[in-house]
Formats: sequence, C-alpha cells, structure tokens
Amino acid sequence: MSLEALLVLAAALLAIGLYGALSQQSIVMLMMGLELMLNGLIVAAGGFWYYVAPQRPDGQVLVLVVVTVMTIEMAIGFAVQNAVFRSDEVELTDEATGLSG
Amino acid sequence: MTTALFAVFAVAAVLSGYAVFRVDSMARATFALALSFVAVGAVLLLLDLDYLGVVVVVMMVMEMAVMAVFMIMYMMNPAGLMPMSMWHDKSRAMTIAVGTFVVLAGGALLVDWPERQGPPPPDITRQLGQGIMGTKMLVMMAVSAVILVTIVGALVLGAARGRYDRLGDDLNDRPSRDPIPGGVGR
Repeated sequence: MSLEALLVLAAALLAIGLYGALSQQSIVMLMMGLELMLNGLIVAAGGFWYYVAPQRPDGQVLVLVVVTVMTIEMAIGFAVQNAVFRSDEVELTDEATGLSG
Repeated sequence: MTTALFAVFAVAAVLSGYAVFRVDSMARATFALALSFVAVGAVLLLLDLDYLGVVVVVMMVMEMAVMAVFMIMYMMNPAGLMPMSMWHDKSRAMTIAVGTFVVLAGGALLVDWPERQGPPPPDITRQLGQGIMGTKMLVMMAVSAVILVTIVGALVLGAARGRYDRLGDDLNDRPSRDPIPGGVGR
C-alpha cells in the first residue's frame, strides 16, 4: 500500500462515478454517480493524511467534510427530485429541462 | 498482509462501484454502492483511521438504506416488468470517464509527492477531536450551519403545500385556500 496506490484507487472511483453521472438517465442514479465520486475523495484525503502529513488533523477533517457533503447532496438531491416530480412528473435527466434556454 | 488486504478492498470498491451502473435494478445498484462504501471504510481502517473508517461504514450503510426507499420509489423497470435502457450517451460518457482516469492516475503516479512528515500520533481519534474543537473549529461551524440550511431547504422543497399556500403571504387569508374545503358544511 502506498500513496500512489491509494490515489489510483481514488481516481478509479471518481472516474466510475463520473461515468455514471454522465450516462445514467434517471436523476436518482445520477446522484449515485456523484456519491461514488465523493467516495474517491474520501480515499484520497485519507491517503494524503497517512502518507504526507499524519501529524496534522487536516486530512481527517477533510474526510469528515466529504462525508457531510455526501449526506447533504443526497438530502437536497432527493428533495429537488421530489419537487421536480411533483410539479412536472419528471424523473429522467433528459426531461428535466426547466432551467434550459 | 496490509497490501493484500488493501488490494482486496480496492478491487471490491471499484468492482462494486462499477456494478452500480451495470445492474438492471436500481435497488441492487443501491446495495452495490453500499458495498463500495464499506470497502472504502475498510481501506480507511487499514490507514489506522479507526474512527473515520467506522463512521464511513455506519453512515453510508444507513444512507444507502434510506436511499433504497427512494430508489424503489423512482425505479425504472420495476420488477423487470418494463425493460428499458437506463443509459444515454454511453460511449461518450465512457470516453470522458476513461480520459479522466488516465489523467488522474497518470498524475498520481508521475508527480513527485512530498516526503512523509513524522509518524501518526499515538491517538489518532484524539487528534481529530482536538482538531475540530481547536484549529479546525471554523470548518465544523460552517458545516453545522450548512446542515441546518440543508434541513430547512429539504423541508421546503419536500413540502407539497405549506401554510403560506393555504393562508397567503401574511397568513391571514380566511377561509384558507384548500383544494377540499373543510368544516361541516354550514
């Protein structure tokens, strides 16, 4: 295990999440992609803490912040999805054109 | 031993992450994502981050349990009764994702990372606690304010009709504007 290995793992998770966020039609599946990208960030922050600056709490605090961002993203994402579905019956990203133009 | 465990967890995290977008049921996708989070939590445990590893596992398993409910609510192709493609623009998305991975992984392998500055402290969780109650307190204060805003925002977005819809901007419209009038019909 090394910093490079952890960062490659983080890059892989982020790339898969990006693929999902771009390719999924369903808005809730798009959010799964975003969660997976943040999952990669957790690995990278933990790796940087352990292999670069373990004597400072910065890396650990960053992991906490990312975990919080994940829950906030999910809560607001589902709330927006519910609001959009209630007003327009939209559940696919291609149909969610309320802000286009 | 650590390297072998890391390899197992890393492969598990990546494969279950990829499975999220390959399985044809959104409920199964949720559990695949939960598995990926558990593997990442295990990687944190390998880095001696005991507290954060457990937090990630516990929080994300609960989050995915909540998410599964919404997934079933908005499920495409429920019970396999309406087979349909869940993707759009697949090849371009794959190209962008692979390109991103190549750039990031190349950077991770080529950049000359700084040397490690000292060993981890004896009590790692204590370091985090001292951090968020000391030098990093501003971060946690900002996070707590954002979480409060999230609660209010999610409630506002989630509520179908609030009291301002019923009673007007000054809350003094009588009778209230309800789709079905209440009362006993007098």
